[in-house]
Amino acid sequence: MTEFNLNGRTVSVHSNEEAPLLWVIRDELGLKGTKFGCGIGMCGACTVHVDGRATRSCITAVGAVAGAEVTTIEGLDPEGKHPLQIAWLELQVPQCGYCQPGQIMQAATLLKDYPSPTDQDINAVMAGSLCRCMTYLRIRKAIKLAAARMREGGAHG
Amino acid sequence: MDSLSPHGVRSGLDPSRRNFLITMIGAGVMLGYARSASSTLDLILSERAQPSNARELFEPTIWYGIDRTGEVTINIIRAEMGQHVGTSLARIVADELEADWAKVRIVGVDSDPKWGLMITGASWSVWQSFPVLSQAGAAGRMALIEEGAKLLGVAPHSCTARNGAVHAQERSIGYGEIVARGDLRRSYTPEQLKKIPVKAPAERRLIGRDTMALDVPSKTNGQGRYGIDAEVEGMIYARPKIPPTRFGSKVVSIDDSRAKRLPGYIRSVALDDPSGTVPGWVMVYAESFATASQAADLVKVIWSPGETANVSEQDIQQRAAQLIADPGQGALLVDDPGIEAAFAKAKLKLERTYTTSTVMHFALEPVNGLAFEKDGIFEVHTGNQWQSVAVPLVAKALGRSEDKVVLRTYLLGGGFGRRLDGDYCVPAALAAKAVGKPVKMVCTRADDMRFDCPRSASVQVLRMAFGDGGQVTAMEHHAAAGWPTSVISPGFMYKDARGAPYDPFSIQGADHWYTVGAQRVRAVRNDLAHRAFRPGYLRSVGAGWTNWAVESFMDEAAHAVGADPVEFRLRLLDGVGRNSGSAPNAVGGARRQAAVLRRVAEKAGWGKPLPNDVGLGVASTFGQERAMPTWVACAARVRVDSTTGYVTVEKLTLVIDAGTIIQPNSATAQVEGAALWGLSMALFEGSEFVKGQPKDTNLNTYNPLRMGDVPEVEIEFLPSSETPVGLGEPATTAVAPAIGNAIFAASGARLRHLPIRPEDVRQTLRPSHAT
Repeated sequence: MTEFNLNGRTVSVHSNEEAPLLWVIRDELGLKGTKFGCGIGMCGACTVHVDGRATRSCITAVGAVAGAEVTTIEGLDPEGKHPLQIAWLELQVPQCGYCQPGQIMQAATLLKDYPSPTDQDINAVMAGSLCRCMTYLRIRKAIKLAAARMREGGAHG
Repeated sequence: MDSLSPHGVRSGLDPSRRNFLITMIGAGVMLGYARSASSTLDLILSERAQPSNARELFEPTIWYGIDRTGEVTINIIRAEMGQHVGTSLARIVADELEADWAKVRIVGVDSDPKWGLMITGASWSVWQSFPVLSQAGAAGRMALIEEGAKLLGVAPHSCTARNGAVHAQERSIGYGEIVARGDLRRSYTPEQLKKIPVKAPAERRLIGRDTMALDVPSKTNGQGRYGIDAEVEGMIYARPKIPPTRFGSKVVSIDDSRAKRLPGYIRSVALDDPSGTVPGWVMVYAESFATASQAADLVKVIWSPGETANVSEQDIQQRAAQLIADPGQGALLVDDPGIEAAFAKAKLKLERTYTTSTVMHFALEPVNGLAFEKDGIFEVHTGNQWQSVAVPLVAKALGRSEDKVVLRTYLLGGGFGRRLDGDYCVPAALAAKAVGKPVKMVCTRADDMRFDCPRSASVQVLRMAFGDGGQVTAMEHHAAAGWPTSVISPGFMYKDARGAPYDPFSIQGADHWYTVGAQRVRAVRNDLAHRAFRPGYLRSVGAGWTNWAVESFMDEAAHAVGADPVEFRLRLLDGVGRNSGSAPNAVGGARRQAAVLRRVAEKAGWGKPLPNDVGLGVASTFGQERAMPTWVACAARVRVDSTTGYVTVEKLTLVIDAGTIIQPNSATAQVEGAALWGLSMALFEGSEFVKGQPKDTNLNTYNPLRMGDVPEVEIEFLPSSETPVGLGEPATTAVAPAIGNAIFAASGARLRHLPIRPEDVRQTLRPSHAT
């Protein structure tokens, strides 16, 4: 039994402590927005926040997040209107969409660390997030758009 | 091309021979094609007597319905895999229908045979659907105007339809009200339907204008449901153990003693597959996927492997070269008289060999399937691109009739042709059958890669004969590779004039639109590839390798006669003879290819001086098939580090003529993705077979393009109101040769193998350093 906070609620799960957080979130807790891509932490589709830091849930044992705050794409913004999500919509970033929750979660911590990200910042931080549809051009634009909006409107939630 | 024409789709769903019906069902009207034209009248009359049973009385192919609130529901038979296809198809209907877009919704349908050929591939969706859906929308509009006029008490010719209502001078009546109060029942013969005018391009109000694609919002908030997200009450999980060879492996023993210690582990079962799709597979079951995955690592299976257990990439390439060298092999899809004479008389001859390595799909959602039996029907829940071949395959594996199998469709976490092959539905279904309960089979990434139907390695030999003044007098193109169609859908194979079969998708591109005198195009099936793996369709399929050869060769040919590579191509794109084009799909022929090439040269600054180590290369293609040309030109600007051989693509410029563009934003997105796929395959991807298996099974060694290597990309569509053609794949075809030609321009290194690795560039520049 492991207890942690998921999207603002305390949950306790029965999965083995060594079970990957990804599968606990998806199958035991039923939140399907976090995706399975490579299983070795190299594609970024499974990215969630653990205590505010982008974390690859496919290689994180659920036991390791005991007591931590875990945020998934479903919990990033209560109404799905994080500035990144709005920018993603406006620029119609997703194609197949499978990697996009992970991209958005990764980008959200990028903007915390670099409120005015340069191309180099984006290249460095987003390098671990593979988009097989190759929507990279729009991901870059959307990050910059969201960053600009967040600077104008003050920090988001 | 008859069998694949959009106007003559298979499975008996040829709208040109069927009546179009508008009928009342429940609280609305439905519009679609009758199953049988001859009995339409009877069915309509019977329906009047028993309206509540209308659905059972006949089952027209219902493309869309309108209810009493005016809401239009459009059925989408294509898979949503990133191209926003549902929105495009709905826009086509809604534009002709003069619907209120805010009241349009789309519904993905299951694999009912009434939909006819269900395929989402070959970039066909919009092209195939456009004539059918346009007419369907126009017929609805006409009926609504007629009934609306009656209800308004005016003549139909004084009415117009716009934005979901019929208008006559100051008055108007909404579609919902017409549905509620009017009698919209109609039946049009094919001849009558043809007479209903579709709108002139200038009258279009939705086509060509941007809108928010209907699938996008759910892809920004985690709500989109993919095959891997499908669940059903009482299901258990399974992960396969994949044998050492794709074919011929037999299970000798299964030892699950270590797995038994895992709480939640259920058991391991060797699958019995009468369809021969997954011979030697063992399924490991558990209460959760995490446990199934861990258990599969602990279960020890001993196989007797198939005959290809030691096959290497080099073996596959060598076999291709050997087969090409034998002129008796393969099919001749173009075979003009005078080839030998032209070569015998040639002032100059050029021969080059181009090769490509195996390429993996790596769709980010690993293949998976949820399968169970319910009310006598076996259901497979998954994302799939070709239900019409997956259903029969699953039926064969399960030993039941096709009407007892249904595929339920979800979003695809990438298609790219991987999910045209429904092979992964088979182990999911067999896994459920073996334990008699719902099973969710999920492949890990490594399972998915080892089970991939990769893009086959290819070997191509091209020859050109030149007469006086560098005039091209003959050209030969010989290509050997795996043929996906011969495995996945043998009914789609073509035959040459002598009756020799060939896979059109393996050779398209070699039958190009350049006027080159006497021409010969030969497609050869690499039998060793077929013994070692299941060759698959991968974004643009054969056009991905044929154009690598054609467009690299055109560059080499231009240099061989001292011509400018753009000018050389333009001279051959003269649009005469068989390259003059024809209506409705290829109006203008090669002249349109010349137009995109000219424009891309202009945009990219062709001929202008560039810094040292920087080069500009061009390539031009017609996308995939002559029956549906999408005219593409690409200019790549690259920088070559002559010390390391490292190639940086600085900019890709693409100019495309795809006829009428339905959704400009989505069209641009498809070109962005396809172009970057082209770049990724040119420089970063490519794998190899080692001991009968794909060498790369995950991102630790397989390296598709990442953010940091994305160049500047500029895209322009030439304005056109011609037939809309495909966009998902065409841009892929021109990028690799444009990069190869740019590398030559920058450094003098001519690369003839894909992928292009830094060491290949280095060794080509300085062969003495070769090890």
